[in-house]
Amino acid sequence: MIKLLFRSLFRFLAYLLSFFQIKNKKIRELVYIIVFQLCLVFTFLTLLTLILRVIDESFGFVLTKNTKQVSEVFGETTDPNSLTKTQLINVMKDNMRRGTVRTLDTEKPLAQRTEENLLDLINEFVLEERVIKTWSLYESIFTLHSIRRIHESTPHSQLKFRNWINLTFLINKQSSFPEFTGIRSALLGSVFIVCIALAFSLPLGVASAVYLEEYATKNRLNSIIQTNIYNLTGIPSILYGILGLAIFVRLLLPLTQGRTILSAGLTLGLLCLPIIIINSQEAIKAVPNSLRNSSYGVGATKWQTVWHHVLPGSYERILTGVILAISRAIGETAPLVVVGAATFITTDPTGLFSKFTALPIQIYQWTARPQESYHHVAAAAIIILLFLIISLNSTAIILRKRVSQRKIEQ
Amino acid sequence: MKNRSVVHNSFLINTPIHEKIIQSLLFLSALFSIVITVFFVVLLSKDALLFVQDKTTSLRGFFFTTSWQPSIQQYGVLPLLNATMMTSIIAIALATPVGLCVAIYLSEYASTKFRNIVKPIIEILAGIPSVVYGYFAVLTVTPVLQALLGPEVIEIYNNLSAGLVIGILILPIIITIGEDALHAVPKSLRMGALAMGATKLECTLSVVFPAALSGISAAIIIAFSRAVGETMIVALAAGAGSNFTFNPLKAAETLTGYIVRISGGDISYNTIDYTSIFILGLLLFFITLGLNMISQAITKRYQEKYD
Amino acid sequence: MKDSTSQFSIRTKHLSLFYDDARALKNINLSFHEKQVSALIGPSGCGKSTFLRCINRMNDLIQSVRIEGSVLLDDFDIYQAGVDPVKVRQHVGMVFQKPNPFPKSIYDNLAWGMKINGITGDYDELVEHNLKKAGLWEEVKNKLKSSALSLSGGQQQRLCIARAIAINPQIILMDEPTSALDPISTTIIENLIEELKQNYTIIIVTHNMQQAGRIADFTSFFLLGEVIEHGPTSQLFYNPENKKTEAYITGRFG
Repeated sequence: MIKLLFRSLFRFLAYLLSFFQIKNKKIRELVYIIVFQLCLVFTFLTLLTLILRVIDESFGFVLTKNTKQVSEVFGETTDPNSLTKTQLINVMKDNMRRGTVRTLDTEKPLAQRTEENLLDLINEFVLEERVIKTWSLYESIFTLHSIRRIHESTPHSQLKFRNWINLTFLINKQSSFPEFTGIRSALLGSVFIVCIALAFSLPLGVASAVYLEEYATKNRLNSIIQTNIYNLTGIPSILYGILGLAIFVRLLLPLTQGRTILSAGLTLGLLCLPIIIINSQEAIKAVPNSLRNSSYGVGATKWQTVWHHVLPGSYERILTGVILAISRAIGETAPLVVVGAATFITTDPTGLFSKFTALPIQIYQWTARPQESYHHVAAAAIIILLFLIISLNSTAIILRKRVSQRKIEQ
Repeated sequence: MKNRSVVHNSFLINTPIHEKIIQSLLFLSALFSIVITVFFVVLLSKDALLFVQDKTTSLRGFFFTTSWQPSIQQYGVLPLLNATMMTSIIAIALATPVGLCVAIYLSEYASTKFRNIVKPIIEILAGIPSVVYGYFAVLTVTPVLQALLGPEVIEIYNNLSAGLVIGILILPIIITIGEDALHAVPKSLRMGALAMGATKLECTLSVVFPAALSGISAAIIIAFSRAVGETMIVALAAGAGSNFTFNPLKAAETLTGYIVRISGGDISYNTIDYTSIFILGLLLFFITLGLNMISQAITKRYQEKYD
Repeated sequence: MKDSTSQFSIRTKHLSLFYDDARALKNINLSFHEKQVSALIGPSGCGKSTFLRCINRMNDLIQSVRIEGSVLLDDFDIYQAGVDPVKVRQHVGMVFQKPNPFPKSIYDNLAWGMKINGITGDYDELVEHNLKKAGLWEEVKNKLKSSALSLSGGQQQRLCIARAIAINPQIILMDEPTSALDPISTTIIENLIEELKQNYTIIIVTHNMQQAGRIADFTSFFLLGEVIEHGPTSQLFYNPENKKTEAYITGRFG
């Protein structure tokens, strides 16, 4: 069906091309406008396709099989959902390795967990529920028959409809099995890294912008600094990763302890710095000169003028720029990989010197795996990442509109 | 009235210490940005030099050998460079016409209301991280291409789908910068053309577009530079083996793909694998820096002074 | 009319100003009497505002400016080495063409200026005192904490005048203070200037010859960066010595 669509599109384009010889101005104008609009439609369609595809992969039927049957573990007549916490804990202790139980208990005492949580753990470690086959949302709706057939032809299998993106996905730690994996460590890692990046680049960036806009004279050094900053914004992010590797991981090893969250945060800070500088410069430029003149006229010094008038007048625009920088930073993958994101990490980051992973890193690693289930969790993680980014961008857009509206009213 | 000498003394310079300190701190912050570039050049060169000095490599071999197989000590950059260029050219070939058409439509034909709806959508498109595009490339575009062309013709990892998706990635760059450039052309030019009896299309294509050409060229070069530096899409979709081929339907690792693959694994510091990252990084640094400087030069030199 | 031998408070000697290589002010030698209103008149772009800004060293803020000559306040050259422009501006108040109050409350507009000038005392009293002097107190006494931007154009300009006098200057410079205001506000401010001159030396740049005739004791006529003629206003207007002055006054060019 897709082949048919493309073939007809090609035929239509060829038909269009024949129009370009048309002498009639009006028709030519019309054709061009249609071409322009088609390009616009193409742009939207790709965005739509991407989003739909990701949603498509985040929901669907899964066919699972247990290594151990429910009846084996719980007995023929017992319904696991009716058991009490203590009974569930006993089932776990009887059927799991002591080490595993202890690890789980240290993470969060078994007695404090919910029944649902304990049932999930039993699923993962005792029954060892494993996914055999998955389907996308589209397939789940339109090929229900063949799905049912496969279910019937596979012994001891269960068919469930699964939301790959759900609350447990958000709060679980990583697991070797895609069915039970979660992005908690990745989310925390992303948050930590962005905070460190901001702590580094925000003061430096705003200070540089203040210097360049308020203090710098038009000499050689200052124009070199300005050009240099523009060039830095054009450098690919992977080079910042290499720089981070050389400086923070290797050179400053005693300070950062190598491939840690600190190194990752500082590397992203270097990446964000030029963006924040240029953005803050624009924000400061937007403050009208009459404000500065009135301040100097009353006998204020330069710093008094900056601190009491220029910065208060520009902080909203600076904030917009910072939000956009954050939204860029949480999506960056390449520099983090180069600086040494962990490939598999089950513990949450506890401090500046922990090993780290981040949301986009997980998406990268999961997408690269051949198993289908990993693609589903990657899609779920993408939804979360896109949600964060779109919220941040929308906030920035709203803030920007508010600022410009207020300036018009003045 | 005030005592004269008191008045006179009060005019003299007495900048409080804290003003001077603040000014120095601000200056140092601005200077830091130069420090970053210096670090780039120094640190990249340092290890790149180690690469060149290794017995198994030579600068000549680096640039002129057409094979990059570290396992058999072949370190020619041409296959990687070739794959990078191939994907970037595919990307630009897709993004330029589509992007310019959208830019022209938004700037010249669309109503303000329409533009206010469309522009945020383009900003969203611009905000999507490249790893998400990578997912899209390997899990949607490649299967579609395989369905169209047949899996024998086009491999699972190939440069075409990477190139196409990078094209979508850089599309917003061309659209936004191009639209700004077109919008900046003053109304008076358009009025002049229309007053002579030109249609809107003739006015746009013959007057407005050439007037904005410097900005549009800058946009294309910036977009190309972005495509060259793109990593995650090629890492996921273009394959993990270097291959010197001009066929985009085959797998061929790019510069950036190689760097991210090697550095993602376990590497010890003074091995040739480690230093190879740096010489490739240095090469990439100069390519993107060169492209960006060209685009800045074009903007400065050919920018019509309309104010 | 004041005795022409009264103490000179402001004097410029051979003052020239260059924007890079273009000369904007040519060898200005002027004296301004204490506690008088002196007007600077002339066509647009002739250097009046530029000259005014030399007196409180506001031209220092423009990169390409180069100044030769001297400006003497009380016989002290403010352009000599070692002089802090910030300090100069603390002695000279300035009111601009377009009212530019700080985006703060009315109270803070005055209070902030007083604070950075190290003025001590009861700020509430001082604010009231200065707002009264500027003729604004009655209109704003109940809304001192509201934003200065909520005032009308004429009120904002009077607020700027209040702000300028709050720092206790000796001299007040006014750069076309009423050109952006309606006639009623203009009259109010002109009356204000009449009152203020009892305590301050005022130099006012004006585009409006009639205004100079109304309020100024002395007038200087600027043309293309030079002072063509200066003297008591009545003399300049009714008995100009220079032909160009006469041509401008009678409206033959503008």
